[in-house]
Amino acid sequence: MRKRSGRAPVSQAAALLTIAVALLLGTPAWAADPLVVRIGYLTRAEEPRIPQTFLEPVSEDEGVQGARLAIADNNTTGRFLNQRFDLVEVTVPEDGRVEDAVRDLAGQGVRLLVADLKEDALLAAAAAPEAADMLIFNTRAPDDDLRNERCRANLLHVTPSRRMQADALAQYLASRKWMNWLLVVGRTPQDAAYADAIRAAAKRYRAKIVEERRWTFEDANRRVDTGHVTVQSEILTFTQGTEHDVLVVADEADGFGEYLLYQTWLPRPVAGTHGLVPTAWSRVHEQWGATQIHSRFERQAGRWMRPRDYTAWMAVRAVGEAATRTKSADPAALAAFVRGSDFALPAFKGQGLTFREWDGQLRQPVLLAGPRVLVSVSPQPGYLHQFSELDTLGDDRPESRCRSR
Amino acid sequence: MSLTGGAARIGALALLGFAVAQPAQADTIFVSNEKSNTVSVVDGGKLQVVATIKVGRRPRGITFNEDMTQIFVCVGDDNRIDVIDVATQKVVDRLPSGPDPELFVLDPQGHRLYVANEDDNMVSVVDIATKKIIGEIQVGVEPEGMGVSPDGKILVNTSETTNMAHFIDTESHKIVDNVLVDARPRVAQFTGDGRFVWVSSEVGGTVSVIDAASRKLVHKISFAVQGVPRESIQPVGIQLTSDGQRAFVALGPANRVAEIDARTYEVKRYHLVGQRVWNLALSPDEKRLYTTNGVSNDMSVMDLERGRVVKSISVGGAPWGVIVKP
Repeated sequence: MRKRSGRAPVSQAAALLTIAVALLLGTPAWAADPLVVRIGYLTRAEEPRIPQTFLEPVSEDEGVQGARLAIADNNTTGRFLNQRFDLVEVTVPEDGRVEDAVRDLAGQGVRLLVADLKEDALLAAAAAPEAADMLIFNTRAPDDDLRNERCRANLLHVTPSRRMQADALAQYLASRKWMNWLLVVGRTPQDAAYADAIRAAAKRYRAKIVEERRWTFEDANRRVDTGHVTVQSEILTFTQGTEHDVLVVADEADGFGEYLLYQTWLPRPVAGTHGLVPTAWSRVHEQWGATQIHSRFERQAGRWMRPRDYTAWMAVRAVGEAATRTKSADPAALAAFVRGSDFALPAFKGQGLTFREWDGQLRQPVLLAGPRVLVSVSPQPGYLHQFSELDTLGDDRPESRCRSR
Repeated sequence: MSLTGGAARIGALALLGFAVAQPAQADTIFVSNEKSNTVSVVDGGKLQVVATIKVGRRPRGITFNEDMTQIFVCVGDDNRIDVIDVATQKVVDRLPSGPDPELFVLDPQGHRLYVANEDDNMVSVVDIATKKIIGEIQVGVEPEGMGVSPDGKILVNTSETTNMAHFIDTESHKIVDNVLVDARPRVAQFTGDGRFVWVSSEVGGTVSVIDAASRKLVHKISFAVQGVPRESIQPVGIQLTSDGQRAFVALGPANRVAEIDARTYEVKRYHLVGQRVWNLALSPDEKRLYTTNGVSNDMSVMDLERGRVVKSISVGGAPWGVIVKP
């Protein structure tokens, strides 16, 4: 029921930071002088993502809605312990500097920061001098090099890496014995990175990429008067050829992947960024109490919860969990607890989630979501590990190339 | 107690225990099946399903009324409580519950139901006679487990995302204390003497034993099963014998029931049951333990004298709650 207008429109004059401290409407009163935990939320203005499907709305508040819900959840718990949680929301203009925003947030006493940023902006924020004594939660960038060569000591990755997503999918395909994959890769660097993760997963689980094809058609507007006819003939010819069990698509920008389903030359399932999708979160997930958070979120945001909302929720809840357990509001104490061995975050995945000490990645089950229902959750049964089965997804300790932690 | 109907009655019946000679046990067991929207009726003598009662959508919490002539079932997806007449085995009435009821507990006097509204951070107090909600208590995020003290004065509710046991005065409907427990607390169960409350933490993998008077944690029980990953040990259902000697805890996807010495808190052994064991019920003579196994769609019957599972009985889809009537 909370409505706030804290976000800067994309067109707003550059160089101005929009700052909104979340108001605590509707939250019950605390006793005198509650402990106050301030959590920053940093994002950058951008054109909204336009989904290829018309079933999904275009939303301009992905991410921050999850953080706001977690603040409300933290405060429901906090009033029993006389702790209050404030969210300091900052939107940097499209051409603005995230470093300036970090300095500004530090000036407001923020030491715990949720970063809804893409890779380069995230690294710029983490490298700001004021970020040195901050703990930054990456809730958006799935890039594998952020967990390896470009890792940083002040970053924790809440969002699953591309490699974790690819491993989650590969385990499922291997459990089905669908071992021959046709890999279709889009034109963006992100698609190339997704394809890299798919190749690594194929190697790990001994699947074979029988052929790779680059999608070279121009991405088109999703609405045209001529309708589906061109798509139908394009994809039929594009997917002709080599025999395979499953078509794996890398199209993070949602430019064409949606069109592959049911249009292929051979009758084969589609998986990857479309079709059967490995993901941190999906509306189709309802197990382990997920229904409750969907209901709360939809009441608040008026739309379904997206993966960016979920990861932001987890980051803010991680701070809340630390404050509950330590009964402290000291950012250093909270950061230490989150990194420590007593920390575990319940997040509707059926087990407590913890951070990997070698690269700061949150261990988590990865959903395999179909377009309408949940298909499975990885790790799949039978993929064993000497420490945690969750470490069968993503970079395990011996493989990690992170040296600066 | 929400799952057994009432320790006092069972205590009285336990005296008749030896009269209920084996093998013909006259118990009737009722199991709520959250997937098939039914309650299975199992004959304790024949150990067979003898009837299936159609109820509302997603039945989970299940309990008897005071004289065991009726059964209340939380049908969460229909936002209400269905009332089953035990004699005719039909739904004869419904009660309001507040949104998405999951678990509830009958007050020892039999007048009220205290219902956890998982979706609304609230506990609703339902007056059974007038079929009205007479009170609402704000609690933590995702309220779940409900236990009431034998004297009916203190209600304990657990909240799954706040991770607390809230102690509520049933007179004033005010929270008098909050006790932090491990992640995702599910079931709260008072001991027969009312001195302690046992709270299971599903994600934390522990059971907290709380002193009901001081509200201090007196012990935390941990579990370890050879060959079962730590994350699969997820305690949910709790049953305590009326003599206060033994406790049983369902361990979810570990597919085990832990048997615990309720005085020393030592785990004595683990019994292998069906897959994803949710809840437990002792037979009135406490010679048997019945378990609901959500993934394998069956109920395990444990013979407590022989200390082993003697039978698995197929019930409905995704069995969840279980209660037993002599």
